[in-house]
Amino acid sequence: MTVNRRQFVLASGKYLVMSAAASRAVGYVLAGSPERAPGYSAHDHWWAMAIDIDLCIGCGGCVRACKEENDVPLEPFFFRTWVERYHVPEGDIEHPMVDSPNGGYDGFPERYREGDGSKNFFVPKLCNHCAHSPCVQVCPVGATFESPDGVVLVDKDYCLGCRYCVQACPYGCRFIDPRTHSVDKCSLCYHRITKGLTTACCEVCPTGARTLGDLKDPSDPIHEFLRTNMVQVLKPQMATGAKVYYADLDGSVR
Amino acid sequence: MRELFKDKEHLVRMAGLFGVGLLVFVVLRGVLIPADFGDLGHYRASALDDNSSVELRFAGRAACELCHDDVAAERAKSAHRSIACEACHGALAVHADNPEAVFPERPEATPLCVACHEANVTKPAWFPTVIPDEHSEGEACDECHMPHAPGFEEVGSDG
Repeated sequence: MTVNRRQFVLASGKYLVMSAAASRAVGYVLAGSPERAPGYSAHDHWWAMAIDIDLCIGCGGCVRACKEENDVPLEPFFFRTWVERYHVPEGDIEHPMVDSPNGGYDGFPERYREGDGSKNFFVPKLCNHCAHSPCVQVCPVGATFESPDGVVLVDKDYCLGCRYCVQACPYGCRFIDPRTHSVDKCSLCYHRITKGLTTACCEVCPTGARTLGDLKDPSDPIHEFLRTNMVQVLKPQMATGAKVYYADLDGSVR
Repeated sequence: MRELFKDKEHLVRMAGLFGVGLLVFVVLRGVLIPADFGDLGHYRASALDDNSSVELRFAGRAACELCHDDVAAERAKSAHRSIACEACHGALAVHADNPEAVFPERPEATPLCVACHEANVTKPAWFPTVIPDEHSEGEACDECHMPHAPGFEEVGSDG
């Protein structure tokens, strides 16, 4: 059989295209099960956090622990978690005063007076690890994603630093790390929870105001928390599927 | 053959260019996109490993109590029993990994006590607070209260 130049070029082109497609397909098959961390099966967990407003004393321990555990820049405005102080004046619940000096890192110097009829409380905040996350939807390169165990994570090596997600997050939970110029946010201490530990903020919280919970574990105390408290998520009207559940959350909280 | 493609040479050239373009796209795509991209979703599957391989700073209470079981027993009945060791003693994963490597200093009690127990209007009413200057007149908190077991009943009535 003789092959002329035209036939040779056509045939080799065809095989090249087909083998490229086949190698991709084989790659998917070989990747197999998504269990990557040893001894940890991502599909057996669905992480959430329970926050009891009435237990938070605004000590800022969570903020300090988070910055240390996750190497967050110490300057103000870079927080993976922070605590807000709410002051709701009497008869004016529409206009609460909210402050968060250094995110609560140094505690809260007294600012208000007792007996003025106001309502005062602390609100710890962090990434809500939304199941339908706006920040994930806008990422143009797939550098942020919802993991199989329900944690919104960042692929720092893949992030372009375009800041779309910073604007998309309705809770203001993201920032650009000034050292790497890639985005950073609460990872729900993914390096800890995949090893059976709790998050750094939950570890050091002295009153148990915040607790990590696994919604796929029927014996996890978070189920009792959700059952026995009036719980709410932040900005439910945005339908983000937020998984940070607040007990006794005041309607003035934004 | 020549007759067939007569007057259609421009179309053949376009088709050829298109074919080359497709080939370049397929090859570039294969080279530029990480092999594990898309295995679990629209992201690099190994980004999960990157996130879970960060080094620990806080060892966790269970690690502390493996060795310091005497302190754990002392604290078991105290009002501070639910507070993790590292909430006051700081992040000590390095010490937990190798106790000789880092020997933690005993933290000064008063600033730690005040961080939680200083009176503040915003704190919930159930939480015991004091105005430190009025309460102790400058004395260190651990002159009366032991942080591991504050033991209110054993101290003065103002506890």
